[in-house]
Parts: sequence; structure tokens; C-alpha cells
Amino acid sequence: MTKKQTDPLERVAQDMKKCVKCGACRANCPAFSTFQREPATARGKVALAQHLAKGDITLDDGTYAAMSKCLLCGSCVDKCPNQVPTDEIVIAAREALAQRRGLTTFHKAVGQVIRNRKLMNFGALAAAVLGPIFFRKVPSTSGLRLRFPMPFLGGSRHVPQIAKKPFMKRHPEVIKGEPGKPTIVFFVGCMTNFVYTEIGEATLALFRHLGCTVIIPQGQQCCGLPGMSGGDLNTVRELAEQNLAALEKYPADYVMTACATCGGALHKLYPLVIGKRNPELKARLQALADRTVDAAVLLQKLGLHPEETGAAEGMRITYHDPCHHRTAGIAKQPRALLKDTPGLELVEMEGADRCCGLGGTFNVYHYESSLDINAGKSAAIIETGADAVVTGCPGCIMQLSDGLKQAGDKTRVLHTVELLARKIRS
Amino acid sequence: MLDASVLKQLTDIVGAENIATGTQDLICYGYDATQMEFLPDAVVHPDSAEEVSKILKLANELKLPVFPRGAGSGFTGGALPKGGGIVLVTTRMNRILRIDTDNLVAEVEPGVVTEAFQMAVEKLGLFYPPDPASLKFSTLGGNVAECAGGPRAVKYGVTKDFVMGLEVVLPTGAIIRTGGETVKGVVGYDLTKLLCGSEGTLGVITKIIFKLLPYPDAKKTMLTVFDSIDGAARAVSTIIKNKIIPTTLEFMDHPTLTCVERRFNLGMPDTARAVLLIEVDGDRDLIEKQAGEIHKLIEPLGLVQFRVAKDAAESEELWKVRRLVSPSLRDVNPDKFNEDIVVPRSKVPDVIRRIEAIQKLYDIPIVNFGHAGDGNIHVNIMIDKSVPGQLEKAHEAIKEVFQAALDLGGTMSGEHGVGLAKQPYIPMELNAEQITAMKAIKSALDPNNILNPGKMLP
Repeated sequence: MTKKQTDPLERVAQDMKKCVKCGACRANCPAFSTFQREPATARGKVALAQHLAKGDITLDDGTYAAMSKCLLCGSCVDKCPNQVPTDEIVIAAREALAQRRGLTTFHKAVGQVIRNRKLMNFGALAAAVLGPIFFRKVPSTSGLRLRFPMPFLGGSRHVPQIAKKPFMKRHPEVIKGEPGKPTIVFFVGCMTNFVYTEIGEATLALFRHLGCTVIIPQGQQCCGLPGMSGGDLNTVRELAEQNLAALEKYPADYVMTACATCGGALHKLYPLVIGKRNPELKARLQALADRTVDAAVLLQKLGLHPEETGAAEGMRITYHDPCHHRTAGIAKQPRALLKDTPGLELVEMEGADRCCGLGGTFNVYHYESSLDINAGKSAAIIETGADAVVTGCPGCIMQLSDGLKQAGDKTRVLHTVELLARKIRS
Repeated sequence: MLDASVLKQLTDIVGAENIATGTQDLICYGYDATQMEFLPDAVVHPDSAEEVSKILKLANELKLPVFPRGAGSGFTGGALPKGGGIVLVTTRMNRILRIDTDNLVAEVEPGVVTEAFQMAVEKLGLFYPPDPASLKFSTLGGNVAECAGGPRAVKYGVTKDFVMGLEVVLPTGAIIRTGGETVKGVVGYDLTKLLCGSEGTLGVITKIIFKLLPYPDAKKTMLTVFDSIDGAARAVSTIIKNKIIPTTLEFMDHPTLTCVERRFNLGMPDTARAVLLIEVDGDRDLIEKQAGEIHKLIEPLGLVQFRVAKDAAESEELWKVRRLVSPSLRDVNPDKFNEDIVVPRSKVPDVIRRIEAIQKLYDIPIVNFGHAGDGNIHVNIMIDKSVPGQLEKAHEAIKEVFQAALDLGGTMSGEHGVGLAKQPYIPMELNAEQITAMKAIKSALDPNNILNPGKMLP
């Protein structure tokens, strides 16, 4: 570690002290539920981060593996008697490890690609990052080596199709709405832009239906979350600044995203990773965070009538809460909209707010464990007998689709906006 | 450090994926809720009594310390590998072997999580009452080894009251069964009771036979607020004296309420100085009658609020006050010594007065709450270790709190155990003859002192 860099663990020094190692996190951690070993628990990671902070560098190899066993889902924080922000501690520890050891080849590649939209527009490479999809784990004791890349060979993971033309290339930067109606900046996110373009189209249709002016700033980049998984916070910071510049460029009432993960980055991660030494930037990012709204929440706020816009065919649905929604307190709003949509019958599954097991690049390193966590999810979905599982995060959509296919089930996986916009788009 | 041949033998017993010697594993199996930390030399995860037996035989032969561990959620360091050695984790043995609805017994492995077991028997209309606060993550093996209690102990008793029999691997590697599944049984010494609460010093529990009860018909939750701590304390003994045994009788003093109120704003009356959370269960008509009687009995004791939950949701709302205690305490001071003294129930008012005096004498905040209905009070001595002199003061205050409990005919620990944390105070409660008798048992079963050495007895 060079002297110039501050130790990211200093940022969470006080938070780490709050952990009394009571073990409550054993009951709530999806990673622990599959690994069943103490280093996968929140208190285990806090203990390791504490040793890391002490400068016990002999720890690094095993610690890297332990720190990778976290989905950053925030379940442990919700249920912790002392509200220890283990997610923030893990982020800091990953950054500290990256500083001390350098990034892994995989995460270096991730950083290079997500920082470069031109490169991402070049299909397969975009997929390489969005996807975890094209990586498969090589069985090894470390559980950390990767087989690089296996485009279109299938393997065991079911790979979503990459769109022929990215969403943002199909639309102008400014789509004028009715005068007097809100102006909305749309943060699209990579998964929507490159893979699930239907989510983008449906979102756009809904806000246009409400008369809003929708701006899709061309300068926007990846939110940076995939970089964070590997501790590449410098990439996250770089992307935060670029996105800030792109999103600030237009005066707008709201910054909206239909991706729970991107929302989590804009809302929580950006202000968090910018240190106190740059108060001006931190304040601007906080202002951006305050203006950022999830698509479903904003649709409800702006008074969308799903009976005018949404699905008419009779369908039994169940709803999955993305972790980045749960931690932001978003649960009721999408359900309320779906309940008002004609033809839809909402049946709750057991553990709707439990993590799907994707967890950024967690599923790349720990594909089997990720699937193991997902298996419980799939079973709960199938148990409801629903025709479709609906959610608000393209990442979850990829994971849920994979899990259901692995289970040989035909339940469809849809984004909330797709159902809400079905009528106006048909 | 264990030498390579020992590691090889351990690996042969449990398999390569079930032994760990990496620093990160050693750290993660070196702590518990005491916040002490000792690094073991190896961590093993056996899956059967046979594997445990082989590990102990090897350890006994080589005189290597072995430390049994469940979820590692103990408050006294019972599972900590002080001095190094092998941590033996029981969580892979986590099968519920059978639930016998004809005889109301169940047989489980030690790694089953308490709540998972409760849920499984409740599905069949049965009831396993012990409810330690850690039930969502603690293991039944750990509950038996520490003889865990919980709020429902007032009416139903503690873990040992539900253990009918055990399968245990002795420190020499012998696998024995104790007790059985009959209601009566007097052949030989009662080793089952001896092992309950033995803190992993006499054997490794590999199977447990539990007694079950029918699940109660209904329950009623009451939140009662008093204008003095004495009133609440007297309410406890008054209820018991009038021959009503509630399921739970949870007590919270004024500092506890202040903590909870400051953080969560529950709208307690200004005159509130203590709260009792009372629950009765059983036949629907009977509990209605009991709730009425309780109200009448405690009314004259300075009762300022009496709330009865109408349904499960309201009951949960009332319990919230109690559940919020733990997260609020740290607002008082960052470091906490959580003691769990017990006195005869009629002595609850006296012990509370003694603790108030100790608090004044040492001028450090002491927050009291807990299972007053069985005389078990959680005395939380809140300090800031970084302030010079506070740690020493805390130790002095703890000693006086223990002495107060003993003077009133009580004990220094109701459910947390001794482990490492209370070991220095043991001679206050046990005399030389008692300790000698206990040590004789220990050395008879564990001649080489390999199983959880250095714990409990001084």
C-alpha cells in the first residue's frame, strides 16, 4: 500500500467496533446459508476486516476468498441488534485488499470494460461484464479461478440474448413531453441498455404516457456496481463522476432508473465512496442521490393509472423484492401498482424479500453457491403456482430466469414496468 | 501449531473439506459473544458421533486440547479455544432425527438451530418451550451444554427440564447414551442432568432426546407500566405469591426504558419508572381469568398503564419494547458487561435496591432488565473501556452485584454459564469442598484434561 492512499478501512473503523460477535447474522445471511462456515457470516467478515485494519497482511489470501462470499444484500444489517453496516465494511475491505494486492485479472477486465462505453457497445465485450453470464468457475480449492470467456457455448448457465441494437441507440437524447409536466432524466443501466431493452421501452412508454419529458443523457456510463464487487472503488469513483456530469447536465425534476441495482449505486454507494476530502463532490453526489427515484415509485407518485396502461390478460403473478429495493424501503409501491393492473392476481411467495443470490460478481466466483441460494427462491416461486414472477431489477431477472430454467420450470420472469405498460404498447 | 502427521490424521477422519487451518478460519472460530479472541490451531467439522469419537481418541492420546463449539453465540467464552488446540464444530450434525407424536419426544442432532426445531414441532401441534434470546441462531447442542434459559422459564423451566436423554462422546472417545425416552428411569447416576450445563467440559453431545408438550391453546400478552421500580418488583412477587404462574414476566427498569424511548420513541408515560411484560398461556377461558386477576393484584402497586394485546399483531407490538432493549443499550456507553444473576423470586425488590446502591457507589450506569418472573435479572454494567479506571470499576461493581445475589440466596449465573468470563468469581459461590467434588468428576471422565480445558472450574 502506498502512503498516498488512505486506508479504506479507516472509513469504517467505528462501525467495526459496533460488532459484538453475537452471531445474529448467522440467521439471516444467504451466503452463510449455503457455505455454512463462519468466515461467510457478517461477524466473520467484520473480524477479518479488523485484522486487516491492524495490518495483518498474512491474512490476505484467505481473506480475499472470505470477503468474496458476500452478496452485499444487506440482510445482516437489517437484522443486526447493533445495526453494524457490514455491507459498507465489506466494500471497504475489498477496496483495501485491492489496494494491497492489486485487482484480480478478472476485475481488472471488468474495470476496463465498464469504464469504456465504446467498448461496451461492442456487443460481446459488453456481455463479458454484464455477464457473469459468460464466465464459468473452474473447480479449484480456492474457488476463485475463472475460465475465460465462453461466449455462446451455453455451459450450465442460461444466457440471455444480447440486444442487436442497444436501447440508447434507438432513441434521441431528449424526448419532449407536454408542457407543465415533469422532466425526467432516465438512468438506463447496462442490463437494460444491452440485454433487457424491453424494460427500457416499457419505462419510456409509461413516462411518455404521463406526458413527461424524458431525457436519456448519452454521456451516462455503467453505474459501477460490478467494479465494486472486486474492490475496484477507483473505477466506481471515476464512473460516479462521469455519471454525475452526464446526469447534472439537464435540469430535471427527477433522476429515474428502472434498475434496483443502479438505483442503489446512485442512492447509497456514490456518496459513500467519495471521502470527506472532497466535500464539494460529495455534496453534489448527495444531491444526485436525493433526486434519484425508482421507476415504480415515481410512476405511483405521478399518479399512473395502471388500469389505463397495463396488462389485460388474466395472469397470476408473484413479486420478488430486489435487495437494493428492500434496503431502500421500496416494497409497497410496485405491489400497489400491480394490484391495480387489470387481470393480475398477486400471490405472495414465502420469503419474497430474500436475496436471489446474484450479488454482483458473487455469482461469477461462486456460481454453485449462487444457484444454491437461488434454488430456495425458485422453489418459493413455483410453490405459488404463478404464471410470472415480477421484480424491479434486471440483475434479479437474469438470476431468477436462470434458476427457474435450471429447475425445469416455465414461470416467466418480468419487470414491473413491462406489465404496467402492456396495454399501451400492444 | 499442530504437526503435519496430526493434521493428516484429522483430515483422514473428517475429510479435507471439513478441516481448516488457514488464518482466516482460525480467526473466525476464535471468537464468541464475549468479544474475547483466541486462535485455535485447527478447526474440524465432524458429521457423526463416530468421527467425534475418533477425533477425541486421537486428541486424548496426544494430549491435545479440544474445544466443542455450536453457533459460537455464548456470553461467557465456553467455546473459546484459549491456549490453542482443536475447535470441534458441531453444526454439520444438524438433523432432526424423529418427532414421536405418540410419546411426545423428539430426537435431534446437536447442530440443529433452536428455532428450526421449534418450528418443526409446532407444525405437529407440539411445543418446545425453552427460548433463549439467541434461538434464531444458537444450536440445541449449545443450549444443552450451557443449559440455556429464556423468558418462558418462569412457567416451563430451562433446557435441562426438557432433556430426557443424550448420546455423548466422552473425552476418551467412548460413545455412551445417558437417560432415555421414558418419563421415569432411575437406573444409575443421572448423567443426563450432569451433562446439562457442563459447558463442554465432560463430553461432546452428539444426540439429544427432548421431551415435548402440547402447544398451548392461546396466549395473552400484557404490558404493565409502574411509577416505581419497587412497585414493579413487588408486582413480580405478588403475582407468584397469589399462585399465578405466567409464561413470562419480563422486567425493564427506568434506565432501560430511557434507552429504548430515546431511540425508538414508543410514547411511554412520563411517570413510567419500570415495565413488566407479562404473558399467560393455556386454556382460553383460564387465561382471561388470570389476566383479570393479575390486573387486580398489581393495580395498587403504582400501576400507571395496563395494556392487553387483542391479537397476535398487538402482542408483537408489545414485545417490541422488550426486543428493542439490546440495540438501545449502546447509547449509554460503548462497552457492556452483561451479567445474569438470579435470586429467589420474592427477593427481586431487594436485589434491585442493592444494585441501585452499587450503581451510586461506583458511579457507573447499570441497566437492569430480564426474566424477573424467575428471579433472573440481566444486570448490564455499561462502561467506556477507553476511559481510564472504568474497567477496574466495572470489575469491582460486578463482584458486588454477585455478592448481593449470593447474600439473598441466589446465584451469579442463571443461564449464561461460567466459561472464562465468570471463572475468577467462582470461589465466591462454591467452596473448596464443592470445587474438589466437581474436579473429581472432571478428572474421572477426562483424565488428561483435554476437553475444553481451563473453563468453568478455577
